[in-house]
Amino acid sequence: MSECRGKGGVLINRNLVVNFSFDGRSYSGFAGDTLASALLANGVHLLGRSFKYHRPRGLLAAGSEEPNALVTVVRGNEARSVPNLRATQVEIYAGLVAHSQNRWPSLGFDVGAVNDWLSPLFPAGFYYKTFMWPRFAWHRWYEPRIRAAAGLGRAPGGPDPDSYAQCYAHCDVLVVGAGAGGIAAALAAAGSGARVILCDENGALGGSLLDERANSQGGSDAAIWLRTALTQLAALPNLTLLPRTTAFGYFPHNMLGLCERITDHLATPAAGVPRERLWQVRAREVVLATGAIERPLVFPGNDRPGVMLASAARTYLHRYGVRVGSRVVVLAGCDAAYGVALDLHAGGIGIEAIADVRTGAHLVAPAAIAAARAEKIRVVERATVLGTSGRLRVNSVSLGVVAADGSVSNAGTLPCDALLMSGGFTPSVHLHSQSRGQLQWQADAGVFVPAAAAENERSVGAARGLEGLQQALEDGTQAGLTAAKACGLTPHAYSARIAVQEYSTRGAPGALAQPGARTPAKAFVDWQNDVTTRDLQLAMREGFYSIEHIKRYTTTGMATDQGKTSGLNALAIIAGSSARQVPEVGLTTFRMPYTPVSFGILAGYDRGDQFDPVRRTPMHACAENLGAVFEDVGMWKRAWYFPQRGEDMHQAVARECRAVRTGCGMFDASTLGKIEVVGPGAVEFMNRLYVNSWNGLAVGRSRYGVLLRDDGFVYDDGVVARLADERFHVTTTTGGAARVLGMMEDYRQTEWTDLKVWLTSTTEQWAVIAVQGPRAREVIAPLIEGCDLSAAALPHMAVARGTICGAPMLLFRVSFTGELGFEINVPADYGAAIWEAVRAAGQKYDIVPYGTEAMHVLRAEKGYIIVGQETDGTCTPDDVGLSWAIGKSKPDFVGKRSLSRPAMLASGRKQLVGLLTADPHVLLDEGAQVTATAGQVAPMKLIGHVTSSYRSEALGRSIALAMVVDGRARQGQTLYVPMPGGDLPVQVTAPVFYDPQGARLNG
Amino acid sequence: MQRFSAWSLLKQAFGSHGGWQPQWRRATPKPAYDAIVVGGGGHGLGTAYYLAAEHGLRNIALLEKSWIGGGNTGRNTTILRSNYLFDESARLYDHSLKMWRDLSQVLNYNVMYSPRGVLMLAHSVHDVQVLKRHIHANRCNGVDNEWLSPAEAKAFCPPLNIERNIRYPVMGGALQRRGGTARHDAVAWGYARAADALGVDIIENCEVTGIRRDAGGAIQGVETSLGYIASRKVGVVAAGNSSVVMGMAGVRLPLESFPLQALVSEPVKPVMPCVVMSNSIHAYVSQSDKGELVIGAGTDAYTSYTQRGALHVNMHTLAAICELFPAFRRMRMLRNWGGIVDVSPDRSPIIAKTAVPGLYVNCGWGTGGFKATPGSAHLFAWTMAHDEPHPINAPFTIERFREGLLIDEAAAAAVAH
Ligand SMILES: Cc1cc2nc3c(=O)[nH]c(=O)nc-3n(C[C@H](O)[C@H](O)[C@H](O)COP(=O)(O)OP(=O)(O)OC[C@H]3O[C@@H](n4cnc5c(N)ncnc54)[C@H](O)[C@@H]3O)c2cc1C
Repeated sequence: MSECRGKGGVLINRNLVVNFSFDGRSYSGFAGDTLASALLANGVHLLGRSFKYHRPRGLLAAGSEEPNALVTVVRGNEARSVPNLRATQVEIYAGLVAHSQNRWPSLGFDVGAVNDWLSPLFPAGFYYKTFMWPRFAWHRWYEPRIRAAAGLGRAPGGPDPDSYAQCYAHCDVLVVGAGAGGIAAALAAAGSGARVILCDENGALGGSLLDERANSQGGSDAAIWLRTALTQLAALPNLTLLPRTTAFGYFPHNMLGLCERITDHLATPAAGVPRERLWQVRAREVVLATGAIERPLVFPGNDRPGVMLASAARTYLHRYGVRVGSRVVVLAGCDAAYGVALDLHAGGIGIEAIADVRTGAHLVAPAAIAAARAEKIRVVERATVLGTSGRLRVNSVSLGVVAADGSVSNAGTLPCDALLMSGGFTPSVHLHSQSRGQLQWQADAGVFVPAAAAENERSVGAARGLEGLQQALEDGTQAGLTAAKACGLTPHAYSARIAVQEYSTRGAPGALAQPGARTPAKAFVDWQNDVTTRDLQLAMREGFYSIEHIKRYTTTGMATDQGKTSGLNALAIIAGSSARQVPEVGLTTFRMPYTPVSFGILAGYDRGDQFDPVRRTPMHACAENLGAVFEDVGMWKRAWYFPQRGEDMHQAVARECRAVRTGCGMFDASTLGKIEVVGPGAVEFMNRLYVNSWNGLAVGRSRYGVLLRDDGFVYDDGVVARLADERFHVTTTTGGAARVLGMMEDYRQTEWTDLKVWLTSTTEQWAVIAVQGPRAREVIAPLIEGCDLSAAALPHMAVARGTICGAPMLLFRVSFTGELGFEINVPADYGAAIWEAVRAAGQKYDIVPYGTEAMHVLRAEKGYIIVGQETDGTCTPDDVGLSWAIGKSKPDFVGKRSLSRPAMLASGRKQLVGLLTADPHVLLDEGAQVTATAGQVAPMKLIGHVTSSYRSEALGRSIALAMVVDGRARQGQTLYVPMPGGDLPVQVTAPVFYDPQGARLNG
Repeated sequence: MQRFSAWSLLKQAFGSHGGWQPQWRRATPKPAYDAIVVGGGGHGLGTAYYLAAEHGLRNIALLEKSWIGGGNTGRNTTILRSNYLFDESARLYDHSLKMWRDLSQVLNYNVMYSPRGVLMLAHSVHDVQVLKRHIHANRCNGVDNEWLSPAEAKAFCPPLNIERNIRYPVMGGALQRRGGTARHDAVAWGYARAADALGVDIIENCEVTGIRRDAGGAIQGVETSLGYIASRKVGVVAAGNSSVVMGMAGVRLPLESFPLQALVSEPVKPVMPCVVMSNSIHAYVSQSDKGELVIGAGTDAYTSYTQRGALHVNMHTLAAICELFPAFRRMRMLRNWGGIVDVSPDRSPIIAKTAVPGLYVNCGWGTGGFKATPGSAHLFAWTMAHDEPHPINAPFTIERFREGLLIDEAAAAAVAH
């Protein structure tokens, strides 16, 4: 460690040396250091390269506003790397590996820096003006090169092995920011009995309380107060303290998103501990104690490594005992810079001079100047900066002096190894503004401060433009008490007091005066995106007037720091160059997040199997044991087919279909949606909702129901049974269950409030086993008691109660295969046992379990539609041959009116038909199109499409269903299915291929 | 109009870029115009441009209540494609996609059309059926769209996770190679500059607050925050605010306005070569030339005119992104925003005359109209100039909802962007 590390440093532990590496070189620092402070302590000032010009950059700041020092931290391997971290926020740990970014071959010598030489060719928006010739070249030539040059760090190199947590919290008062104001607010509110959450983005709490100069006893008043306050906070049971936690977003109704970083600062995180946690906090009252951010000054060469915010130098000194240089020039745009100079001076750092850049006399407090001169520090008044030098670190600054008439004269060059600047402080109004709170321009301070709040929220201290620790303490206290009171609590008097020397933080945003009218080339406003005053002026010259346009054209404020240090300076420069006042120019919207937030915490637990709940039927394990292959249908896992040894899907499905047609098959139909519609209004409810008429449906009978949307198109279908006078058991498609229930509830609650009816989802209450095939009755008869299975007693579409193997059962005589069929409904817990019992009973009939694919083939042979496959939301009941289902005499049902619209009745609608290929071995592609004539070329006249296509075992050939324009009238015609290899001739048939009379159903 | 080229850039560099002129004038309203376009998004600016460039109108005003391009044009994720299902849609969107190809040259403004390919993923048998139907229909309509197996999808988009062990494994995808992205701001500014050069008055901070009709019901002019402006032809292109503006003329639109969100990550070096969309698990992602991952999230469940949406909508999208691209889990969200999208019942737009003589409307683009900007503007200008629709937009009437002639892309695919 070099001479850069001085005495002091309230955050570091000198007994714990921590070794780490940066760009492959090893360094050591102390526990408590950030990567930034540790590198500075090692004399490393070059930390990064800028986005566009690849200019060498050092630290500008010490906190989350840092725009330059972005690094990639790699933990173990590339999968655990994180790009674009601010070195100022990376806490070092033993073995930390960090790399600089956006440079090649090395940080010190970066080929990309030619861009800096060519920068006259790359002003703001240059890419809109060129790269247009030849036409294809943008995508082929230019874009790949621009893309390769752009970007900062590299994305992680593999799947992230770490976990992320999420939680919800409610509290009375959420305090954001644990500086003087925030701590006072938290103590006041919690002391009054409020449940408080206090969060701060830093690992160390205290904010600017940590930046006070130690007195002769080795502590500062502020530090002593902080120590006591932290002890008090820790002792409060009703207070949750969250360090390393950024409040990144303010959402409606006082909901804030917090990102807690849990393990990134640890050398060896314990296994299983999440890396970060998302807190979604709903607070009754919010106190924003987010402080203020120092503004840089805008002058030529203000971006060299070693040019830094004054407050940052103070932070490095007091928190980490690090000296940012030994010969320092301080550029004072506000009094606070004098405080910094005096602190550094007291810390043994040589102050070459203070150049006071203020020209508005009202801003200057003579006391500060006097204090500096008393320490024999040279003060240059009415100064400006004409330039700086030093390639990888600043080594001199050329000053000028601004005369009363505004003319600038040269005032000589000062050698220096650090150039500190302070343009005044900008309140951090981000969260207030995100919450849609209003802002007000405070002309004398040159800043926007919070005005009317839109939520139960208040800003305190520096965040609302107040100056000084004592003011912040008092303001915070008051806000804490007010917030507690607003929560209905009795405020408990609380007061805090710290004696410190205070300097004003007010400055004037904008650029420093330059000689003549010339705008210097490299006076940066936005460091990371390399936006200069010239760029802003160019945008205005080109007619960009709105601040939003200027921002987008120049990209100012759009870097990863989101303009934290650049925003107000840019505004002031724009205002100055367009003869407007800052508030006239206006602000761009503050957007969440305050600082970047990892995707991981937002994705949270929704990952792997938890990405979406997996729904398994009660018989899932049975199917697994039988070797089923599953398919995803919505959230469900459904058995797709049951291959036996050596079988492929086609063979398995053929065998399963054969069994159902000739003997018996069993099928898990549990996933079908089931809704009970109950109550005195149930019949009327069903009448209004479904196209069918339900009045005549006897108890113990069921009917195929069709549901439309209000636009008249088929939405869902399913068998509906009447279990009692006022009780319907409605089944829906597997995928439609939730949305049908949602639609029912919508109508029940908003349209038909006159009906007394209750809706209950019973999908998961029932396990459903379909037993289908000529032997179905024989298979189940021995198991069933209390119900007569004969065709006379239980005809097709009848429903009965009884028991099966002693379990209560609801038995449907229904068929989706065209065979004699039953659907056994038993309470879900019995599902697996009954499945096995049926299977055992079926052994002597060679019962075969079949999956959804065989089910599809069997129903297609019968021309039964699947909603979502034959239909696509543009089909009326008539289109798919379901007009018969419509209750003709009903006064109304959902979608009825739409069905009478002209286009619904006109000819030329697509209708459901069957298609048979000329060659029975040819299987059409589902989704393939249909034309009336052969040999068409694109764009063709398309008259339909294939909706379902299978090899039919029963017919010994391929079959297909299709929607074809005026299809029913085309039966017997030959149409064509144009494929890349040529047209396939097909014959139009009725959509029922097998047992058109339906004789088999009634077996 | 000052020409943009590498040469002009070089020339200006010698004068410290002091010689550039405004890209468009800051116009103030004249008392009357031959045609007024309401709404300074890409569609509106384009309409004004084509009215001037192709239909010979010179006395045109474009009124924008705020700054041009600040609506959905400047907020969208810029996915361009034309592989829509229905013949009417395929014709409309492909008309547009073809115009993107040389838009930079036409406008002399680099709109950065980047045909890097749009890959739409299938995660279930049903998805496969739907995408294959698109592919067949597109092929027959002369629109490129091809099927990729999971391995081919991975080869085309290396960071994509095609492991079988995820919740909804990738079962393949439909790739439209001509699909891609473009630079949204450049589209707005390029049209504005070109329109301005043809004499169009682009008037910002001018909100239309009323529409005046004569005794016969025909359009007379518009009331604005800058005063009354007369015109016999008014075209409304106000996206999420279309219903509000059309309501001023007594026309009710079948639209619902929802907040739709998007977000970007911090910029990183190139990692996503193409656009990936997954409609069934709601992930839409590409990488901007600057290096940011540009991610489209969903709409809120409730209608609203506020340009911000709920956090959980982003969370849902990022969960899907992290499943498909598990290496992105440590990437960080940099910026999030919302726009107000105008959603029609069939998710297809309205580009039409209205029952009010002289009033035209172009809206209902919902979550996916950026891709249509040039085509939509071109056809709308045609419709306004001829007082009848162009054959391509003829099916996209308001009346279709009453008549039942929907062009239901949503029902067909549930595609968002
Ligand atoms: C987050 C998001 C992501 C999207 N992603 C995609 C995508 O990837 N691909 C895609 O193709 N599309 C996408 N879209 C949709 C696309 O952005 C829009 O469909 C398209 O940009 C609409 O353009 P426009 O010009 O019609 O509307 P806008 O750009 O919204 O322009 C309408 C203009 O009208 C102005 N206006 C409104 N009322 C008035 C009034 N009274 N007086 C004057 N002016 C008025 C508004 O200020 C606005 O500038 C997305 C949209 C959003 C919000």
